[in-house]
Amino acid sequence: MNQRVLLIGATSDVAKACAYIYAEKQYNLVLAGRKPDELQILANDIKIRHNVACDYLKIDLMDSNTHAEAINSLPTIPDITLCFAGYLGDHALAINNWAEAERIIQTNYTGVVSLINLVANHYEKQKKGTIAILSSVAGERGRQSNYLYGSAKAGLTAYLSGLRNRLASQGVHVISVIPGFIDTRMTEGLKLPKPLTASPHQVAQAVFKAVKKKKNIVYVLWMWRYIMLIIKAIPEPLFKKLKL
Amino acid sequence: MKTTVSNWSNYPVKDTTLTHWRGESIPADRKNWIARGLGRCYGDAALSDQILSTVKHNHILEFNPESGVICCQSGVSLHNLLEVFVPKGWFLPVTPGTKFITVGGALASDIHGKNHHIAGCFGDHVSSCTLLLADGKRIRCSPTENSEVFNATRGGMGLTGMIDTVTFQLKKIESSYIKQRQIKAQNLNEVLALFDKYKSYTYSMAWIDCLKGGKNFGRSIMMMGEHATLDELTSKQQQTPLISKVGHDINMPINLPGFVLNSLSVKAFNWLYFHKNVKKVIENTVHYDPFFYPLDSILHWNRMYGKKGFVQYQFVLPISNSKEGLVKIMDRIRQKGWGSFLSVLKLFGKQESLISFPMEGYTLALDFPLKKGLFNFLDELDELVLDLGGRIYLTKDARMKADTFMNSYPGSREFLQILKQINPDLTVQSDLAKRLSILPS
Repeated sequence: MNQRVLLIGATSDVAKACAYIYAEKQYNLVLAGRKPDELQILANDIKIRHNVACDYLKIDLMDSNTHAEAINSLPTIPDITLCFAGYLGDHALAINNWAEAERIIQTNYTGVVSLINLVANHYEKQKKGTIAILSSVAGERGRQSNYLYGSAKAGLTAYLSGLRNRLASQGVHVISVIPGFIDTRMTEGLKLPKPLTASPHQVAQAVFKAVKKKKNIVYVLWMWRYIMLIIKAIPEPLFKKLKL
Repeated sequence: MKTTVSNWSNYPVKDTTLTHWRGESIPADRKNWIARGLGRCYGDAALSDQILSTVKHNHILEFNPESGVICCQSGVSLHNLLEVFVPKGWFLPVTPGTKFITVGGALASDIHGKNHHIAGCFGDHVSSCTLLLADGKRIRCSPTENSEVFNATRGGMGLTGMIDTVTFQLKKIESSYIKQRQIKAQNLNEVLALFDKYKSYTYSMAWIDCLKGGKNFGRSIMMMGEHATLDELTSKQQQTPLISKVGHDINMPINLPGFVLNSLSVKAFNWLYFHKNVKKVIENTVHYDPFFYPLDSILHWNRMYGKKGFVQYQFVLPISNSKEGLVKIMDRIRQKGWGSFLSVLKLFGKQESLISFPMEGYTLALDFPLKKGLFNFLDELDELVLDLGGRIYLTKDARMKADTFMNSYPGSREFLQILKQINPDLTVQSDLAKRLSILPS
């Protein structure tokens, strides 16, 4: 039986790219997201192109109450769980608008934790499974331009590190993927520095490789590891004066 | 996002806003937008103040493995379809000389291929499409449903609205190989006789040397092909009869400087090309890729013409005037000495449509690198074409005058009438439409 992969946030550009990499290698897929129409189109396309089984599942990260039911509706939980969900949001709006702030926090952190807890407990019980989740360099130090998004991603990074620590001895593997800028629908219209911007396909390949090679923390473009080292090393008295 | 865009011939260049379209509705306040696929139309057909790129609207929605009917979003490329469906034993019903175009573009240009005399245009194989109109309404149209809009959409250069999905028929094949026959013709008379003699071949076209005068005027290599059946393959080919990719692509990394191309180098190239076939007749079985897409293997071959770009000039002449017309026009080009590397000659079959390009007769496609005086010269050629009752291919055009278009396309007025009904506020608009006064600017 072919291995199965669950992709959460499946209509994102990176998730799509990843879905095609796995489908090409004949993995069966379950696509999860909040837009069933788009998921169905994507699932059909993957089935026609690659002759693999591809199901879809409606999951809304904003609605944690529904997560257990959604996960339990799967006949079996796939061997690999990947999460690409993310919401950059409008930071300026979110400062004054709790609904937007909550959406940022819930989509990037609380919702993901609620969902991954379920998968992780299941993997722990069966003593195998791989979880890989897209976090962000924004989570490594809060900056005035996007600290709401950044703080949620920081929480996520800490969660993943703890989860890895807990499940390592149980045969379950947890990967934190830290991309820098990615050229996606989320960043369309933003001016991104080309050499520091990865394509969705590059990120997807990094995820695939990380799962295969059982990596722990993956920076998609190597420069980002060093950029973040420098940014983290800036002393706070100086950092607070920077316009970042 | 603000950016500069040009299509395949690198001329003209446009400052514009380019955004991706993924099937959502189009905001009502958008003025002057046009859809764009992979930008392989040559001139200004896919340029406007706002460009909506369909390349991310690229899913295959349905496929019936029994009948070969496929429904896909407009941004799927032919290249992609070949990769998916050749291994399943299906081929495109009609394909142009590049596979790097989208299905939406294929319908909007109503593309033709080497099999036009047998199979007609791409639109002839489309059973229906969905279209997002300028007023935001999404409609289905087909030869029987909203047939007026359908007829205006095929070959309509994207001016009827956004092509959303297209349903069309693929063609069953036993192998991905083509049984090919190449015959050298010493002059124009000979090659025209060959076209006539081999009319029953599914695929045919000729490379023609437009610069040679005298008794070798119009020397060519005629190429014909049929899809090879399994038993026509070599034992090695039989191991992978439905492989979709052979060989590697070569990239043209930079624009070549202009001086590389001159009448001497073009002549030398044509000489080499003509003499690469030592024998008069060659018969062999080749993969479909080099047969249909010889230039695709040189990615960015358009850079060969340098930074300034080039224009492609493709015209068709009615069958009754074809021979006389080809002699006149090719003679004019030869005297000027501005011919292209390789020109393509092809015989079209009968075609009835609104403003699709083909008509029964011969079509010739040439490249001209941009230089001073070129447009005046092409205007002269336009007059010749017009006098002979022919017309110019909109998908490749970048400089034709509005009158030439109106007078050479008998369906143009009816096309305009349909546009007035479905695009009354002129929201859907391209630079080509403005230039040809299809819509007032």
